[in-house]
Amino acid sequence: MSDMHQHSIRFVRETMLPQAAPPVAERGIVKWMRENLFSNLANSILTLLALLAVYYLAVETLPWMLNGIWDAPSIRACREILDGNVGGCFAVLTDRWNQLLFGFKYPSEEYWRPSLAFLLLFAAAAPVMFFKYLPGKLLIFTAIYPFLAYWLIWGGPFLAPVVALLGFVAGYVVWNRFVTSSFAAGFFGAIAAAAVTWWLGGVIVDAVAPENSLLPSVPSRDMGGFMLNMILGVVCVSLSIPFGIALALGRQSSMPIIKWICVIFIEFVRGVPLITLLFVANVVLAYFLPPGATFDLIIRVIIMITAFASAYIAEVIRGGLAALPRGQYEAADSLGLDYPQAMRLIILPQALKISIPGIVNVAVGLFKDTTLVSVISMFDLVGMIRGPILASTDWNGVYWELFGFAALLFFVVCYGISQYSQWLERELTTDHR
Amino acid sequence: MTTLTDPPKEQFRLSMLLNDTRYRSYTFQFIALLLVIALIAYLGSNLMQNLRAAGLNISYQFLGEPSGYDINQRPIPYDSQSTHMRASIVGVLNTLIVAFLACLTATVIGVIAGVLRLSNNWLVRKLMAVYVEAFRNVPVLIWILIIFTIMTATLPAPRAFRGDDPEASMLFGAVAFTNRGVYLPKPLLEPMGWVVLGIFVLSIFGAIWYRRYATKLLYDTGRLLPMGWPTVAILILPAVLSYFILGQPIALEYPELGGFNFSGGVQVLGSLIALWFALAIYTGAFIAENVRAGIQAVSRGQTEAAASLGLRPRRIMNLVVLPQALRIIIPPLISQYLNITKNSSLAIAVGYMDITGTLGGITLNQTGRAIEAVLLLMLFYLTISLIISAVMNFYNNAVRLKER
Repeated sequence: MSDMHQHSIRFVRETMLPQAAPPVAERGIVKWMRENLFSNLANSILTLLALLAVYYLAVETLPWMLNGIWDAPSIRACREILDGNVGGCFAVLTDRWNQLLFGFKYPSEEYWRPSLAFLLLFAAAAPVMFFKYLPGKLLIFTAIYPFLAYWLIWGGPFLAPVVALLGFVAGYVVWNRFVTSSFAAGFFGAIAAAAVTWWLGGVIVDAVAPENSLLPSVPSRDMGGFMLNMILGVVCVSLSIPFGIALALGRQSSMPIIKWICVIFIEFVRGVPLITLLFVANVVLAYFLPPGATFDLIIRVIIMITAFASAYIAEVIRGGLAALPRGQYEAADSLGLDYPQAMRLIILPQALKISIPGIVNVAVGLFKDTTLVSVISMFDLVGMIRGPILASTDWNGVYWELFGFAALLFFVVCYGISQYSQWLERELTTDHR
Repeated sequence: MTTLTDPPKEQFRLSMLLNDTRYRSYTFQFIALLLVIALIAYLGSNLMQNLRAAGLNISYQFLGEPSGYDINQRPIPYDSQSTHMRASIVGVLNTLIVAFLACLTATVIGVIAGVLRLSNNWLVRKLMAVYVEAFRNVPVLIWILIIFTIMTATLPAPRAFRGDDPEASMLFGAVAFTNRGVYLPKPLLEPMGWVVLGIFVLSIFGAIWYRRYATKLLYDTGRLLPMGWPTVAILILPAVLSYFILGQPIALEYPELGGFNFSGGVQVLGSLIALWFALAIYTGAFIAENVRAGIQAVSRGQTEAAASLGLRPRRIMNLVVLPQALRIIIPPLISQYLNITKNSSLAIAVGYMDITGTLGGITLNQTGRAIEAVLLLMLFYLTISLIISAVMNFYNNAVRLKER
């Protein structure tokens, strides 16, 4: 065949041509731009509009940020330095840094205590957040942290948080001892053991408390600034998760009375805005406490925000419980596990895993909502900005720097948490794709 | 097979209340009920003691007393001699006004941003991602305060509009942006104006009827009538024609600078605008994510199947993707509306007189009726949210996939 054609073909290339680069319009950045920015007329117009928007935004904000004054005692001094140029008075942040973070009443020589508690928070949260990569023994520090942080921030006698911790330890020991035979024995035994320890401890602490404790105590009403947002956020979220689990289980329960108690609580709390609950904490709750008992406003607020968050978390966890295949419940029953065992060993670990993104959403939302306490005249970050700082003669009129700073601070925390939750979701997927 | 005897009757023993699963749940429920009753009784007795000690009682008499304060936005006639009850109703209306405006705007913003997040334009996609993340992760209270500051601290005072060479001027000679609010022209209706308005309303029905007719014709006979321009024509033409035939019976009253302030026109308060737009862009970011998730949840195969049937892209969107996406989008959308309504209670931070500002704010402080006022406030929001969840359940049932 090939012999026959050999004389009729004039030219045969014997070597491969070197590969030519694709045309300019089909490669590199140009291709990318053609495909992603200018694929058709509408797209091109959209791109130009977007560029225009970005340009205006940059022109408006960049000089303001780059020319910013970081060191001045007051807004007048700052405007003098700026001398008519465009620029931000970021000096308010440096001047009032401590007030923004700690409020205006926290004793300044004790600032290291909340700062240390804040740093330790990361150490305490890390074993929970990255449980796959860190040894489980670190969880002991996480367990100690709440008491340590309480002692650092509020100060007072060292023994008080120790006794509180001991109560939990005693409860845990009893629980561990009895839970294998009966859940009820473990549960109620633990409560009894903790109560006895606290009662005994309370007597001892009162008897031996020294006049001057190692860390001077700071009253709750002196808490303020971003510290207050952090305290409320962390405490309320951590407290609301166990309550939320209990409420969710209650709502799923087959016992009508327990179910309806939970339903009414959840729907009531979810139906009213947080502000009304804060009003309750501020002006109504005192009427329902025993006469003569006084609670700190901050504790009343923590109670109400925790109630608020538990209802939302309960709904999230209920979603997780409902999403589990029916077979899991039946499998647990067929193994002969009783209700507490089935929940603890089979249902909740899976349901909680499914609920993690939702729980994180609630946590982020709750952290943002802690700014609402400024409405009932507590001086959190927003309260500090609107109250003492903007009202002072030195910094009256420095709006954008302050609100921008607050927005940035919340953005960093909330965006960080949501990124973590997405990472965790990928980490926890066990299905095969 | 032949005889089924009952199991031997067991004697009921007290220990069965705890150990027998048949009776245990009754025990638990009884205990729970007892605990709740005890808690309520405890709180109630505390309340009674505290009220007696303070010389107070629970009474709603204060609602009938004159309020003695002014409200800056009055949808219904109200003055400081009106009762607290009337002040609360004004507050309710103000809440509903801002919630309605914010829901509408948030939906528009959210749908646009959500669709643009799926655009094949890289820059637009990224910009929308920045918008969503920036607004979702910052407290709405801060956004309300920022926009309120823009409305009050950066806009010119009304006197800046005075003089031959004023520092500020009105937009199109009709809209004035001042630090006391935005002044818009107000439509004045002569009697004949109502006729024009009526004709416009009728033409809306006409347009709906035409679209139904065209769809029915398409399904019955396969004849395709144009949809777009006839709808617009039916909507606009009769109203415009009657407007001119009846001698232009609708006029605009422009705001005018008189004394220290503008008079005439409609004043939209800065606090209303701050609340409205902050809620709209904040919630819009959440709605954008819902919309995006809803559209992405419609499986790719649906689009491809529609394309292989020969449908054009717009019809694929309208006939195949959107009906399926809406079923996923609308329930979270409705709960976002609920969130807007609840978040509108932040009005108290900028002095917008909604129900929280009147009943939960000034009325509470003036009368000292904390329990009653907060209770009424909660009942109001509870009613709203129950209504909204009823609507949601109704919708969910209506669109649920009919399974056999």
